[in-house]
Amino acid sequence: MWKWFHKLASPPHFYRISAILSPWLLIPGLILIAYGVYAGLFLAPMDYQQGDAFRIIYVHVPAAYLSMMAYMIMASAGAIGLIWRIKLSHAVAAAAAPLGAAFTFLALCTGSIWGRPMWGTWWEWGDPRLTSELILLFLYFGYMALRSAIDDTTKADKASAVLALVGIVNVVIVHFSVEWWSSLHQGQTVFKKGTMSADMRIPLFAMLIGFTLLFGSMLLRRIRTEVLYRERRTKWVKEMILSPEGGA
Amino acid sequence: MSQVEITAVEREVPGIFSGLVATTRRDLLLAWKRPGDVLNPLFFFAMVCTLFPLAVGPSAEQLEFSGPGVLWVAALLSTLLSLNSLFLSDYEDGSLDQLLVSPQPLPVLVLGKTLAHWLTSGLPLVFVSPILAVTYRMPMSVVGVMMLTLALGTISLSLLGGIGAALTVGLHRGTALLSLLILPLAMPVLLLGANAVALAANNDVYTTGIWALAAYAIGSLSLAPYATAAALRISSE
Repeated sequence: MWKWFHKLASPPHFYRISAILSPWLLIPGLILIAYGVYAGLFLAPMDYQQGDAFRIIYVHVPAAYLSMMAYMIMASAGAIGLIWRIKLSHAVAAAAAPLGAAFTFLALCTGSIWGRPMWGTWWEWGDPRLTSELILLFLYFGYMALRSAIDDTTKADKASAVLALVGIVNVVIVHFSVEWWSSLHQGQTVFKKGTMSADMRIPLFAMLIGFTLLFGSMLLRRIRTEVLYRERRTKWVKEMILSPEGGA
Repeated sequence: MSQVEITAVEREVPGIFSGLVATTRRDLLLAWKRPGDVLNPLFFFAMVCTLFPLAVGPSAEQLEFSGPGVLWVAALLSTLLSLNSLFLSDYEDGSLDQLLVSPQPLPVLVLGKTLAHWLTSGLPLVFVSPILAVTYRMPMSVVGVMMLTLALGTISLSLLGGIGAALTVGLHRGTALLSLLILPLAMPVLLLGANAVALAANNDVYTTGIWALAAYAIGSLSLAPYATAAALRISSE
């Protein structure tokens, strides 16, 4: 098990494995999303309170979940890179950041479109989830800005890993402090969870898994390019490019 | 220097506390010699506070309502302004390298530097703020609460800002980047501080906010120096 793990952390080996793995994530992911979109938009019954507007959860919830998932991946990959000095794991962190920012942005946009008919406003400052999601987006921006500001890759990796770890503490604190704040100012907006009927819930699960698989395959693809760029001066990259297959 | 003398120097490493005191004293002395560095952020604070009544209008109830928030945002911005120079001059003249190779634990030295930063930026703000608060028609009982929240909050701001300053030291265009890194981290402090003052102004229970700010200050006091030290080591590689 450990041997396998160590082997995976070597860039050439990872590059080969990920090429095989990527379509296995992408194709089931796209199928699940296609089913989820169809079932969510046409098969699921209307919500008795929110009408058709609730259907945006099929994009909103997976995006919001992945925005945090990507941050966790980014921060833990950074920590692994700092502690065990695995080069590949810094590449994972670098690849995860823009994806995470994109999903955060998607979650904010869909949330705001949802908020318009539900709360009668595009934006609600008193809601802890909205505010912490926005700060998460700023953290992603800061992380990417710090990375691009430092020319030396090794230094950029380490510095941004420290920032990501500090940020993780911050996200938690922001969430609770906004909760405290809003609980004194106004009743918190409660999403009535109740019991979702199965034909509403199953498309949501399909979307969640589909989005995760899609994210996984996009992440692999980004890590592959990142690894290729970082290892551009090494022998295996040169050999692969000069080989008859052209490094497919 | 002969071999014997070197070992003699190594043996006389002073305690942790004296390292802390020495770094703090040195930075305070530097600030004393260059009072502009201390005064400019204060003038900036006063000016930002002046901008708001000019922009939103001088009506009394509006000022009373927005006062706590404006003062807190101004304090946050002014702290940010002074953070840029926290490690910059040390980086430029090489004394940062001396800190890094010194036998003292780096987090303690960093704590000394941040402490000096707070004494020369946060603490003066606390004492200037009542003058501006009065122009915002803040009642005297609330002014005390505001000073307390500012005192507690700026400790956290100095410590958190230290992490950002350490990460960006020696980078081109570091100032804008520093704000981008620090502001998300500073948001909880702003939120807790400004709202505790606003609650006090409404004769509401504000102690929760004070305790939360104190907890935040203690938390950052115990964790931030380590992050700053790690960041400094990375930046000066």
